[in-house]
Amino acid sequence: MARMATTRRVAVSTIAAWLCGFLIFFPILWMMLASFKTELEAFAIPPSFLFFHWTLENYATVQARSDYLHHALNSIIIAGGSTLIALLIAIPAAWSMAFSPTKRTKDVLLWMLSTKMMPPVGVLVPIYLIYKTVGLLDSRIGLVFILCLGNLPIVIWMLFTYFKEIPRDILEAARMDGATIGRELVYVLTPMAIPGLASTLLLNLILAWNEAFWTLNLSTSQAAPLTVFIASYSSPEGLFWAKLSAASTLAIAPILVLGWFSQKQLVRGLTFGAVK
Amino acid sequence: MATRQTQFLARSLLTPAVGLLFIWMIVPLALTIYFSTLHYSLLDPGSEEFIGLENFRYFLTDPAFLASLQNTLVLVGSVLALTILLGIPLALLLDQPVIGRNVVRLMVIAPFFVMPTVSALVWKNLLMHPVSGLFAWLASLFGLTPIDWFNDVPLFAVILIVAWQWLPFATLILLTALQSLDEEQREAAEMAGASAVSTFIYITLPHLARPITVVILIETIFLLTVFAEIYVTTGGGPGLQTTNIAFLIYSQALIQFDVGSASAGGLVAVVIANIVAFFLVRIVGRNLEA
Repeated sequence: MARMATTRRVAVSTIAAWLCGFLIFFPILWMMLASFKTELEAFAIPPSFLFFHWTLENYATVQARSDYLHHALNSIIIAGGSTLIALLIAIPAAWSMAFSPTKRTKDVLLWMLSTKMMPPVGVLVPIYLIYKTVGLLDSRIGLVFILCLGNLPIVIWMLFTYFKEIPRDILEAARMDGATIGRELVYVLTPMAIPGLASTLLLNLILAWNEAFWTLNLSTSQAAPLTVFIASYSSPEGLFWAKLSAASTLAIAPILVLGWFSQKQLVRGLTFGAVK
Repeated sequence: MATRQTQFLARSLLTPAVGLLFIWMIVPLALTIYFSTLHYSLLDPGSEEFIGLENFRYFLTDPAFLASLQNTLVLVGSVLALTILLGIPLALLLDQPVIGRNVVRLMVIAPFFVMPTVSALVWKNLLMHPVSGLFAWLASLFGLTPIDWFNDVPLFAVILIVAWQWLPFATLILLTALQSLDEEQREAAEMAGASAVSTFIYITLPHLARPITVVILIETIFLLTVFAEIYVTTGGGPGLQTTNIAFLIYSQALIQFDVGSASAGGLVAVVIANIVAFFLVRIVGRNLEA
């Protein structure tokens, strides 16, 4: 009797959960399907779900006509560059706060968090004018720099929460053996911190890849990453759905894969450790 | 000896991060404050002059400000309500024994990883287009008149898109919190004859109070500055119907080139965000001590 009820409960919740999951995922699926249709079929009413003429033509066109690779490269450089620089600055800072905390460490951490809460639009004007004056508008360096600063608080916070979990006994043992702080950092801490570092890296790559305030406002063509490239499809309204879908699929596919790997760390990173 | 050395080292390791964040916070903010007191238009260079609080008076009494403030509040409030009211049952569902739960979870999380410009354009064209969109076709199946989303209910259309992007975030956090709920406590309640509803109200919901607060605060911070979704779908229109504060400031700065007024608006946005940030920092800070 009880087992029957359990089986039925599993069946019901399984069906309901798959239905919800499918509905939520559907817009992405629909876009991916459209990317394999011809432009005419992408428009067609009634729409065809699976039985259309599958084609790779849109992908070929997107590559050939629109400098897609140029923008993809910009995305890689901007997201990768800003994340790596942020890590370089954040690792020593988080290390220092996790292992040599002072009375003010908590205040420093909270202050860093509060810088993340400043709405970017509050400083849009000065940043735009400064960039215009020094010639950083539409430059990859300019975007790397601003995304790095924007994500730095999150990087420090995530690393801090990971470093906090490394047992201190190990450090003391290393110190007893006469390890210098430099060696301690390289040979003891780093290997233990690799999982935390990896997930911090991953989450920030995702955030930087999808960033669409500074990239839209500070770049137009030369330095434009994929966010800006996709936005350019908004002007000729409704003309190139299949190509828009192909370009979009290419733009989100790598990040979707990375994101699925990092889903556990996502909660921790985005709530600043408030929910684990 | 060693400790002093360590402390010195620790401090010097912290300095670059603190210094950079300090500059990043102070310099642009100071410039925003400075610009907000100037008559400063990029179309009229060389005419900058100090005008005190005139920009604030102009910005705050501009009908566009009130309209965009209202739009901002409606947008933030609706997306919060949608993501939490849908996120709670969804998280509860995913917490059940579900066959293939990992796959379902991947599908639910996916929208969060889609860049905003892609989600906005896919929804606007493939789904919400009044003639060829999927929703129009679905409506016609049921004999209904298709909705012209971005003309008839533009703000609601934007709300739907943004809620779709943030629903995974709320669900994921609530699910994580649910999974840390003590199973024994729930079972004990069930054994004692508590109904599913009262278990939910007296045990699950109080446990979710904190994560819900965290979701509200963090989403609010990001939702106050929704930009790309509006930029690629409506451009703030028709009229001012989808202009929020962030978009208003953008258009004053980079379309009308009115630096002074946009800076005043920027400061207003900073003040609003700070009110939310105040509460979030307190919650996170409490957690640091625990």
